[in-house]
Amino acid sequence: MLKNYGLLAEYETPHAICEASEKIRDAGYKNWDACTPFPVHGLDKAMGLKASILPWMVLVAGITGCFLISWLMIWVAAYDYPLNIGGKPTWSIPAFVPPAFEVTILFSALTAVFGMFFLNGLPRLNHPLFHSKRFERVTDDKFFIIIEAEDALFDLEKTKALLNETHPVGIELLEEQV
Amino acid sequence: MHRGDLVLDEDLVKRDELIRGGLSYHDVTEIVCKTAETPFLETHKGWLVGFAVAASLATMLILSIAYLIWEGIGIWGNSSPAFWAWDIVNFVFWVGIGHAGTLISAILFLFRQKWRTSINRYAEAMTIFAVICALIFPGIHVGRIWVVYFFFPIPNQMDMWPNFRSPLLWDLFAVGTYFTVSLLFWYVGLVPDLATLRDRAKNKISKLLYGVFSAGWRGSMRHWVNYERAYLLLAALSTPLVLSVHSVVSFDFATAQLPGWHTTIFPPYFVAGAIFSGFAMVQTLMLPARLWLGLKDIVTIKHIENMNKIILVTGTMVGYAYGIEFFMAWYSGNEYESFTFINRAFGPYAWAYWTMVTCNVITPQLFWFKKLRTSITVSFVLSIFVNIGMWFERFVIIVTSLNRDFLPSSWHYFTPRFWEPVFFIGSFGLFFTLFLLFVRYLPVIAMAEVKSIMPHGEEHHA
Repeated sequence: MLKNYGLLAEYETPHAICEASEKIRDAGYKNWDACTPFPVHGLDKAMGLKASILPWMVLVAGITGCFLISWLMIWVAAYDYPLNIGGKPTWSIPAFVPPAFEVTILFSALTAVFGMFFLNGLPRLNHPLFHSKRFERVTDDKFFIIIEAEDALFDLEKTKALLNETHPVGIELLEEQV
Repeated sequence: MHRGDLVLDEDLVKRDELIRGGLSYHDVTEIVCKTAETPFLETHKGWLVGFAVAASLATMLILSIAYLIWEGIGIWGNSSPAFWAWDIVNFVFWVGIGHAGTLISAILFLFRQKWRTSINRYAEAMTIFAVICALIFPGIHVGRIWVVYFFFPIPNQMDMWPNFRSPLLWDLFAVGTYFTVSLLFWYVGLVPDLATLRDRAKNKISKLLYGVFSAGWRGSMRHWVNYERAYLLLAALSTPLVLSVHSVVSFDFATAQLPGWHTTIFPPYFVAGAIFSGFAMVQTLMLPARLWLGLKDIVTIKHIENMNKIILVTGTMVGYAYGIEFFMAWYSGNEYESFTFINRAFGPYAWAYWTMVTCNVITPQLFWFKKLRTSITVSFVLSIFVNIGMWFERFVIIVTSLNRDFLPSSWHYFTPRFWEPVFFIGSFGLFFTLFLLFVRYLPVIAMAEVKSIMPHGEEHHA
């Protein structure tokens, strides 16, 4: 069975989609999105998006990595497997700095990438938007707004009228399989 | 102005210097995707010839590695007192080349150098392939490669651990992290462009492959917010990382007590040299590719000139380091240190030393002249000079210091045998094999990024 997924509106320029997004934001919609070929600066504000929480995840991961490797190095070098090398101290913080630094970076970078995918709900193999032929240009040069049918304010006629006010070059009703 | 107001970057509206010829977003997509979308049977003849040569050399490398493992590292000319020679020279050479990619993608990103977007994908790919070539050499020079897991802190039946106070282990952590982070950085940058190729793909196989690797990217602004943050964080993490990697590589030498190695100038000196050699390699690869792939409007003379300026600056820094080394050798009053440097310049390896000085210090100075640094031929030739000079720099540091150390009775003039050049040429084969596959099947220009720095004025969207 098919049910309505949402209304897709197409725009030609970054300016147009920013202006349209402000209108939809001000109309109070929640389940909607703008899709663009590149990050349009200012669009996040026009949509009323909050800043990403990713930096906090990365900070926690970096600190964790630093402590884990430091614990491993101290335990290995000073307690479990102490090697006498020219009588140098086994508990040698300066010597532990390079690996601790590298592992901090490693944990942070892995979290930055996989955390980004996690927050975005990616990877996924399909999405209702991919059924639209015109949406193929989203990764090329066209800008889209999608208002989902799930949104509390969604009403086929009223929402369509609102989108029409934003001067899109085309509007399309998308369906999804349930 | 309050939150929610429409804010578009003012200077973006006027910008047109970096991307030439009033291209539209769609033109950029077409130019960049053209090569990747050429059907297999219509592949450019030159590419096929290049790939055949490179892949043969890469196969030669693989067979040579098999022979090395079978026979042992005695097939090389390494012998007392020079137990490190071409293996480590090649390792440092390749790691150094990688550094320009990270510098372009991370440091120039943090400094908001918008010109980087035309070359960063290219340079990042170079980084990854160069680090792959680099990792091979320490991997195979250990001799008993089947116990190579001793490198890693893995619990084992002998209850044995690696020595965390050794710079060689630091090196493993540094280069391993560097490879992982560079690969992630490159991949994250590729995702939106792979999605472009996915959406334009005509046949099933490319649809499937680009589809899987683009991870279902749909350009959602809610995703871009996290994406841009991740990209910024990766740039911020890679910047200290790239500086640390070559510093740690230099610790392999600097913490040893050998005259010529045991100096505090090594970390900054190595980092400057790495950036220098890497930019030269970017030029060597970019100049022909921009011609053959038809990217002249995206990679302009301005990009080439900017890269030449960096080569000039880092080359001069390297020259300064050579001078300071000599000064310190004299000023320290240490007879071994003084001898090593006099021996470098006037001893049996003087030919290598002066090759290095000519290629690294003298020829890059020609870039002071605007006419020369905006000439494509001159840039290409000088970039080759730098590549040669920087290989010799590592040779000079490693071999001339080792072959005449403290005790004259143990001195021995190192000469490579048949196999050293085979491995070195083979590593170029592997590098170019990977590189040719990259220029053929992946977007060589970061499309999404280039589009974001293009002028957003209305006249471009007619």
